[in-house]
Amino acid sequence: MTNATLEAQDVLSARTSGKEPGVPAYVARRTEAAARPGSRADREAAARPKMAVRDLNLYYKDFHALKGIDLEFPENQVTALIGPSGCGKSTLLKSLNRMNDLVEGCRIEGEVTLDGVDAYRAVDVNNLRRRVGMVFQQPNPFPMSVYDNIAFGPRTHGIKKRADLDEIVERSLRDAAIWDELKDRLKKNALGLSGGQQQRLCIARALAVRPEVLLLDESTSALDPISTAKIEELVGELKQKYTVIMVTHNMLQALRVSDKTAFFLMGEMVEAGTTDDIFTNPRDSRTADYVAGRFG
Amino acid sequence: MSRLQIKEGLARALFMAAAGISLLAVALICVFLFANGVPAIAQIGLPDFLFGTTWRPANDIYGIFPMIVGSVYVTAGALLIGVPTGLLCAIFLSRFAHGKVAALLKPGVELLAGIPSVVYGFFGLVVIVPFIRENMSGRGLSLLAASVLLGIMILPTIITVAQSALDAVPRKHYEGALALGADHERSVFRVVVPAASSGIMAGIVLGVGRAIGETMAVIMVAGNQTLIPSSIFEGVRTMTANIVLEMGYAADLHRGALIATGVVLFVFILLITTLFNLIRKRGEAA
Amino acid sequence: MTSKPTVALEAAGFGPGRPGPQLPGPCEGVAGDDRLAALFAAAEARHAKTRRVVAALLRWLVYVGALLTTLVLLFLVGYILANGVPYLTPSLFAWEYTSDNVSLMPALVNTLLMAALALLMAVPVGVGSAIYLVEYAPRGNRFVQMVRITAETLQGIPSIIYGLFGMLFFVTTLKWNLSLMAGACTLAIMVLPVVMRTTEEALLAVPDAYREGGFGLGAGRLRTVFRCVMPSAVPGILGGVILALGRCVGEVAALMFTAGSIAQVPDFIGGLAEGGLAGLGAHFFDSARTLAVHMYVLASEGLHMNETYATAVVLLVMVVLLNLLATFAAKRMEKGNKHD
Repeated sequence: MTNATLEAQDVLSARTSGKEPGVPAYVARRTEAAARPGSRADREAAARPKMAVRDLNLYYKDFHALKGIDLEFPENQVTALIGPSGCGKSTLLKSLNRMNDLVEGCRIEGEVTLDGVDAYRAVDVNNLRRRVGMVFQQPNPFPMSVYDNIAFGPRTHGIKKRADLDEIVERSLRDAAIWDELKDRLKKNALGLSGGQQQRLCIARALAVRPEVLLLDESTSALDPISTAKIEELVGELKQKYTVIMVTHNMLQALRVSDKTAFFLMGEMVEAGTTDDIFTNPRDSRTADYVAGRFG
Repeated sequence: MSRLQIKEGLARALFMAAAGISLLAVALICVFLFANGVPAIAQIGLPDFLFGTTWRPANDIYGIFPMIVGSVYVTAGALLIGVPTGLLCAIFLSRFAHGKVAALLKPGVELLAGIPSVVYGFFGLVVIVPFIRENMSGRGLSLLAASVLLGIMILPTIITVAQSALDAVPRKHYEGALALGADHERSVFRVVVPAASSGIMAGIVLGVGRAIGETMAVIMVAGNQTLIPSSIFEGVRTMTANIVLEMGYAADLHRGALIATGVVLFVFILLITTLFNLIRKRGEAA
Repeated sequence: MTSKPTVALEAAGFGPGRPGPQLPGPCEGVAGDDRLAALFAAAEARHAKTRRVVAALLRWLVYVGALLTTLVLLFLVGYILANGVPYLTPSLFAWEYTSDNVSLMPALVNTLLMAALALLMAVPVGVGSAIYLVEYAPRGNRFVQMVRITAETLQGIPSIIYGLFGMLFFVTTLKWNLSLMAGACTLAIMVLPVVMRTTEEALLAVPDAYREGGFGLGAGRLRTVFRCVMPSAVPGILGGVILALGRCVGEVAALMFTAGSIAQVPDFIGGLAEGGLAGLGAHFFDSARTLAVHMYVLASEGLHMNETYATAVVLLVMVVLLNLLATFAAKRMEKGNKHD
């Protein structure tokens, strides 16, 4: 067995024995849900989908990047999209808030829905992007003060009163668990923060527009392990208010944080299900190989 | 020493000497300008020279205040016209134009930069001046004409520098703004443009340098009266114009006063260059 | 049972021993959340129209800026061409200038002579200094920093200052009088930083692998620079030379008091016939009017407007041609470097 597989088993053990000391609270909470009796299908049907894609095909000019994807993203859960690089997981994520619109020659067929409403035809794109927030791979705070970074979104959507903005800034920073670190530095330029702080600032900035869904595009891959751990814990808490969808190339991260996992390969979705099922009981041999660390 | 070593050493010395020539040039320019201008200033008296409002060489009265004001007015006018237009054009080229349009406009801007100032001046003389004379007021040869013309002339400087500053703003800032639900225009104006502000400032400062140093085009359209203008339709004389207009026949103190005008202009330019470098350094540090 | 990631979390301060920072958890204050959500819903609805209007306004402003620039360019070039092309008569290109035909031919020849002389001086010096700065000088050297600063300073100096300096130094102190040579030297100093900066950029763009290749084969620095580095920098340097040429062609203020405005080509052939090489050389110290100066004189006399337009056309055409050449050179440079 490879190292990765060993670690994965460790994490899994931690998940199933969630009550033991030494297990983070979010794992314990997760494990209770996973331990509920019922078939795999029952568990998958449990939650209401906040977003969904149906028969989604995406082309970059002639390249068929996503092939007939069907996937639901349950409300107040963390869904992880995993797979080797170039498999289409980031592309799928970007089609959820229409960031693919920026790419020249990008064409989408099929349907993306938010609360059952067609996100491409029935929702204003700016409204969609407010409701479906995104945190990028590289921290990208604007070159302005911490306060203005957070307030940019609310101002964009017409919130002008200083008192309202103050409240939003504080609440967003608190929700991103970075208020204590930054409350005395609100006027400082955000580019002076450390990488981990910058990324949590970006999460706070995304939260400041009261999104319903939060997309994380490999948002910890540029960070050190400590910052990564902080953000992972944060994600576990955020799902109580938001629906979280994350792309990660780190299987252990998916295992630690997510409730549902979808595995992608060469633009196709091989398999999706509860995270426990994907990692312990995959239906497809390719999924089994990938989560066992045999390729990727 | 081998022949190769001698050859290498010789080449090295030659290249170094070449590099030294620009040092020498700046030193010579400073020495000759100051040596010829400063005595005249001393003779006239610095306050009288800088703040005297009368320029009457026939009576040996040399106050260049009207010319300093003239240069400042003309430059300010040029900025008022050139900066908004140039900045908007740069934003267009950097963030709004699609392939073909940019591919056509960009060489156009370069052409605008290459057109000699006499041609600009002549254009101002035959188009802008008559337009002001016939449709507004005054003789047409005016502060307004000079400002408009200089505004056009600094366009390419501002567009080129601002565009490269805008192009250098990382894509992630723009995408970050879009992802928060901002539209393209807001993302560009509220995130990308502020992020490029130090580069844009550098472009403006460079434009100021070009405007304040411009000579031939201004002479042809500004009217060149040695009075502080009281309206934009009145004539104005810049420091540069002062030098060219009278140098041909000046002698003695008059000649010295003209060179001293050059010294004042030179100091202005040095200040602007320093400012430009400061802004650029700060931009690099950020 | 302990698992590795959990250990990592504990180490990071997230274990059970140290509960995370005591914040009002995301679950608390739901009432505030509702209030904010309502605030957003209201603001978004209220603001939707404003923001569309603002966006449209900004978009139009940008278009207007671009349009204005385009119109100014088209109008300027078009106006000059329309008024000048009909007067491009053969007499305007007559060999001898008279106050009747106001021929631009002598000025045109002088322009080429003057530019060639200026570049003959500025290019070797400019390229040489750039080679020193990029290939020879140790990084962070004080001398290098000073040369860079002076080059920047030179680039910002307006041409009238160069003119003044040329008058004081070449014309008066060296007693060259108003002459082709004094003008060319003044122009050479003026365009020196242009050549230097573009060459520097072109050299810096050459990948280090080329240099390593040269040294690896045991070539000396000189040989490496000329055989391995320079060839791929040539288009870039050429672009800078063309830029400098453009400035020489269009310059007036620096030449008024250095080269003067005699509308004749210096009589080199006569000089050669009479006094041999010395006689030829002497004529480099004759006054010579370039095309741009010629145009300024015509425009300020105001007696030959049509011919002035025609002269402007010739100047414009020269500038456009030079621009095209420079663009072409830049493209070659890009292509060359993409190959690597």
